[in-house]
Amino acid sequence: MNLYGPLWLSVQLAAVTTLILIIAGAPLAWWLAQTETRWKPVVQSVVAMPIVLPPTVLGFYLLILLGPEGAIGSWWAKLTDSALTFSFAGLVIASCVYSLPFAVQPMQNAFEDLPERVLERAWTLGASRLDAFFSVAVPMSVRGFVSAAVLSFAHTLGEFGVVLMVGGNIPGETRVVSIAIYDHVESLEYAAAHRLSLLLLCFAFAVLFAMFALNRRWSRR
Amino acid sequence: MILLRHKVTKGDFVLDVEAEIPDTGITGIFGESGSGKTTLLRCIAGLEGGGGPPVHRRNVGYVFQQPTLFPHLDVRGNIDFGARRAKSRRVDGEHVIDMLELATLLDRRVETLSGGEAQRVAIAAALMRSPDLVLMDEPLASLDRRRKDELLPYFDRLHDELSVPVVYVSHDIEEVSRLCDHLLVLERGEVIAVGSLFDVLSRVDIPLLAGRNAGVVLWATPVDHEDGLTRFDFIDGDIWVPGEFPTGNTPMRLRIAASDVSIARERPEETTILNVLRSTVEEIHRVDAARALVRLAVGNQSLLAQVTNRSVARLRLGEGDRVFAQLKSVTVRR
Repeated sequence: MNLYGPLWLSVQLAAVTTLILIIAGAPLAWWLAQTETRWKPVVQSVVAMPIVLPPTVLGFYLLILLGPEGAIGSWWAKLTDSALTFSFAGLVIASCVYSLPFAVQPMQNAFEDLPERVLERAWTLGASRLDAFFSVAVPMSVRGFVSAAVLSFAHTLGEFGVVLMVGGNIPGETRVVSIAIYDHVESLEYAAAHRLSLLLLCFAFAVLFAMFALNRRWSRR
Repeated sequence: MILLRHKVTKGDFVLDVEAEIPDTGITGIFGESGSGKTTLLRCIAGLEGGGGPPVHRRNVGYVFQQPTLFPHLDVRGNIDFGARRAKSRRVDGEHVIDMLELATLLDRRVETLSGGEAQRVAIAAALMRSPDLVLMDEPLASLDRRRKDELLPYFDRLHDELSVPVVYVSHDIEEVSRLCDHLLVLERGEVIAVGSLFDVLSRVDIPLLAGRNAGVVLWATPVDHEDGLTRFDFIDGDIWVPGEFPTGNTPMRLRIAASDVSIARERPEETTILNVLRSTVEEIHRVDAARALVRLAVGNQSLLAQVTNRSVARLRLGEGDRVFAQLKSVTVRR
């Protein structure tokens, strides 16, 4: 438990983050795919920022935002009487920001690739906009959803800098696997570091392989 | 009657339509590309133009030029999509499947369908919604000649068996003469003619219906066969057409292109042309420097002849003259 506890925590964090990102990211991706507003590049840039920003910069701003004096942190404190920083909930919020582009972009691409007229056809067959989204756009974009889920899960699992800034290193609460590996190396416990690192390595390969293999099969059909 | 009233501006193009079309049969919307045919259809459906109820509340069926089926559903799922969302069940599903011969395709995946099959499924889906009006945007245009010929008989059946009014957009006069009962001619976003197919086709003053599009449709009843020809009974005379068409009491549509009709003062005796009809000159319209269109009355029906201005002068043709129309070629449309 001591060795694999952080791994389990990471999986939980990644699973919750992925779930939230798919549910909240899909409408955002849909809006981005459909909109013709001139603000689109602005929103797209904001969404894509976590890809290029150093995790420490992101972590720094999140720390301030989620801290007891910050806009979100103070509101959370009033609501739950607890702090967001150095807590699992805070990590979830931070991970959602950190992995946002990895969820939104594949879904947006899938929505943009929908054949012309397919939505119009659904409307003329009696489907409202919402109905057409769920009965046509989503099922036709399954590949995008799978990519989004896989990438956000894997990306969240691998985060380090943001977690360190926002979550610290509290066993069972914020001590995720990447932090644990860092700790093991610092204390020269190379055997433990090896075991966790190898597991992550294999996992990352397996997930990416599964996704690319699935993509290949789908595109052949 | 269905009132069409749409105004929409797209850059330089303005569509401004106000017309009434009958609420029975097939109404063709005919025009060149860029005349606004598709835009008009999209306005009727609510896909463009703004105002009015949202698309899904309008209860119109729409058949697109490209049959964009839903790939995540099989044929049955595609057909049921509209039925499940229909407000009423006026259309008999089995009849639609029967009419379009889809029974053997129901479990197929849509990627395995040919273009013609996919279009039949798209039509069935639109009909299953029990629409008050079906809109078809050149449903044959994306198909090659052979597939088109395969699909046309299904449209004949739709025409004969369906009680829903259809608006059919086309730029192909042959398709229009075969399928439509009424015709609306669109030019640069404006309606330049609307009425029954026979009346509109026999007008001489519509530039779009001059030249290679000029010609009329007649009704005649096939009565018997002789020498590999079919004899059609026509107002005080016969029309002979190569081929043996089933005889009976049902009149068929004959299409006669204006370029296949010539005019003679005397009944030509020594000629290879089989069909010579006694007629009266009704109207002569100068098309350009060389050519004129002449409308000839044969009983209560009309013929168009494309002749040269020189021949009009040489024969001193005038309105009311009794002449003979020679039909070089007649095609049975249906």
